[in-house]
Amino acid sequence: MAKDAVGYALSTLNRMASSELLDKLGLRKLVERMAYTLTRTGFQVITTSARTFKGGPRLDKPERLNKPGHTTDLFDLNITDEQQMIRDSVRAFATDVLRPGAEHADENATTSDETIAAALELGLNFFAVPESLGGAASERSPVTTMLLAEDLAWGDMGQAIAILAPMGVANALTQWGTAEQQSRYLPAFASENPPKATIALAEPRPLFDPLQLQTLAERDGDSYVLNGVKSLVPLAGEAELFLIAAQADDGPAVFIVEGGAEGLRAGDDPSMGIRACAQRPLQLENVRVPASQRLGTDDFDYRAFVDLGTLAWCALAIGTSQAVLDYVIPYCNERKAFGEPISHRQAVAFMIADMAIELDAMRMLTWRAVCRAEQGKPFRREAHLARTLCKEKAMQIGTDGVQLLGGHGFTKEYPVERWYRDLRAIGVAFGGLHL
Amino acid sequence: MNIEIPKKIRPIINNAHQVALSVFRPISRKYDRAEHEAPKELEMLASVLDGFNEGDPESSAGATRTGKGRISNDGTVKNGANMSTCLGAMELCYGDTGFLLAMPRQGLGNAAIAAVANDEQLKRFDGKWAAMAITEPGCGSDSAAIRTTARKDGDHYVLNGEKIFVTSGERADCVVVWATLDPAIGRAAIKSFVVEWGTPGMELGRLEKKLGIKASDTAAINFVDCRVPAENLLGNPEIDVKKGFGGVMETFDNTRPLVASMAIGVARASLERLRELLAEQIEYNYDKPVDNCSAVEAELYRMEAEWEAAYWLAIRAAWMADNKQSNSLEASISKAKAGRVGNAITLRCAELAGTLGYTEDELLEKWARDSKILDIFEGTQQIQQLIIARRLLGLSSSELK
Repeated sequence: MAKDAVGYALSTLNRMASSELLDKLGLRKLVERMAYTLTRTGFQVITTSARTFKGGPRLDKPERLNKPGHTTDLFDLNITDEQQMIRDSVRAFATDVLRPGAEHADENATTSDETIAAALELGLNFFAVPESLGGAASERSPVTTMLLAEDLAWGDMGQAIAILAPMGVANALTQWGTAEQQSRYLPAFASENPPKATIALAEPRPLFDPLQLQTLAERDGDSYVLNGVKSLVPLAGEAELFLIAAQADDGPAVFIVEGGAEGLRAGDDPSMGIRACAQRPLQLENVRVPASQRLGTDDFDYRAFVDLGTLAWCALAIGTSQAVLDYVIPYCNERKAFGEPISHRQAVAFMIADMAIELDAMRMLTWRAVCRAEQGKPFRREAHLARTLCKEKAMQIGTDGVQLLGGHGFTKEYPVERWYRDLRAIGVAFGGLHL
Repeated sequence: MNIEIPKKIRPIINNAHQVALSVFRPISRKYDRAEHEAPKELEMLASVLDGFNEGDPESSAGATRTGKGRISNDGTVKNGANMSTCLGAMELCYGDTGFLLAMPRQGLGNAAIAAVANDEQLKRFDGKWAAMAITEPGCGSDSAAIRTTARKDGDHYVLNGEKIFVTSGERADCVVVWATLDPAIGRAAIKSFVVEWGTPGMELGRLEKKLGIKASDTAAINFVDCRVPAENLLGNPEIDVKKGFGGVMETFDNTRPLVASMAIGVARASLERLRELLAEQIEYNYDKPVDNCSAVEAELYRMEAEWEAAYWLAIRAAWMADNKQSNSLEASISKAKAGRVGNAITLRCAELAGTLGYTEDELLEKWARDSKILDIFEGTQQIQQLIIARRLLGLSSSELK
């Protein structure tokens, strides 16, 4: 009998098992654990093989978007008419498509093709690609992306991530890519059939610090050789394009890797929440990448790259926290105990008041950091404070959402148990997204 | 969207900061020890602030200029007096909260007059220092339970009752007194009256000894058949049961972000001082995720994040008032957040400083006492939570008690 896919996979595993490299890199335990889950599920073969990125017009220099022209020196929480229009249509999409489909998407750990197609109708990718490369972006717009992340996550965080991950890659290429990288990859994102794409940054270990990467990128002539394990990578099994963070000899760097690259494998490690984004670990074994695929030029700022992802997570946490608040208000008004609605009790009402207070606190810090990023001002401190606050408060809101529904909150009859799980992601997630 | 403080307000902030460092801090401990002694240094300073207020109303600071009614609305975004007043208050409380409260002509009564007085009253009370008298021995947060009565008698109202916790009640020129036209009607019958010192029947009861803000006097005032001219009633003299409490309560929409700002100012003083004291021992560069830091570093980051959130929530509420947007909910949110964060930060900073934070050589212990009042007056933490919850849940005060 001829070898089938599982057979080939087992052979590969055998070869890996005898590799000294694993021991050298201290990866054996991780790989062994992954190998177990890989075979158990019949082996999720190598990542999706790449489409051919044909590229677009040659650029002499990279396209960089300017800060928006509509802001003035004045403090102003108003959004533009255009932003309001986008919010309205995204909110309608979140209400009509994401929320009703959330339970199913969570259970199946995937965002359906129909949902992705419907999201594409909103034209969100166009805001990530400059006009000269076929998109509609004429100025930087992290604030707009933040607002739509908030609204999508109000519908469902998991599906929101699946929708936003490719847009994040496009945003990163627009903000950091070289002329060649932009010209090769960006036109596809503005096409009718944009690629699935994702950012791989986090690594599976306690107290992960995005500035201390253990995935290594070793220079070898005109290429880099990547080795390591990434975790919680949205769309990892189906993405056609990856941005992968790895430690180079001159510091942390990001590499553009096409799906199907040799040595790139997606594992299977289901998570507590955000299941609809189809997150998986990613294993890199001697993945060879031309040096020209290292993201960016001299203006690349790895810290800002990380922070723009972190702020996207903050925006998602705000949206889902808002969903919790909007849900518990009518519930506590209708649910009766001891002859009256439970909302008439201060013990309940004050939990709801605190949710509203802390949700607005999350919002102000996140908005502030993203505004500064959009205007090209330093925002490291602001992003740090936003994450520090958002992860604590969002998780509390997730916990209180379940508590307010009591035993009902613990069942899948109600969405709060999903939000409880989804909101934990903000505490651990890095990468995956980019405003 | 732009979340920055505009350049035009920076001179006010800078001036207030200079006052905080050069005027307030050096005499802070002196008046903390000498309770009830009027800080004479403030008189000259108040004149300077009056000067600010004479200028462009959009860029001036001070309680007399807050409110929604003083700036034309031409559809453009405003960064006006509410915002600059909040920012000024933050800086002054970075210096000393007690002194800000004791500032001549910057009383909460002035804010009330600015918010609801008519043009004639504005002119008549211009330049007067106005304190605010709401609380009574039998009613604190429950201002609808006010028992001080105002009986109409010809072209006067006759006031009878006892007011307590009147900030600068004795030092001010006049006091804005809340009294009811008819205790049977409830909130709708409560009106505010400007009563000037020297009016017969108005007597000082006592001055309180307090936990903090000792530089600011807190008076108890008795009214016995005190006749007040009818034209000193602020707002509509009719009892409008439909509109109810609105008239007097809307003052809070402007003063709550202001009190929030005070909490933010004193909390920053504590945070900065603690960081100075710990400078040798900690690395503070926003580099590591908070969970990877030492316990004390992590706590400093968390406190700074809470502080910064309180800061922008206060600015948001003030900005809404400047732009004539209804901000009752946001004003309460800002007060609730800043009140608890301010108190928690000042206390924790004192604690983390060890005995240095507990003894009088440093001001940390003073700030940790001063900040407590900011989570109490202008509506306690719990009152803010009630207001926020009622608003969100659409419940009345009889449903959510």
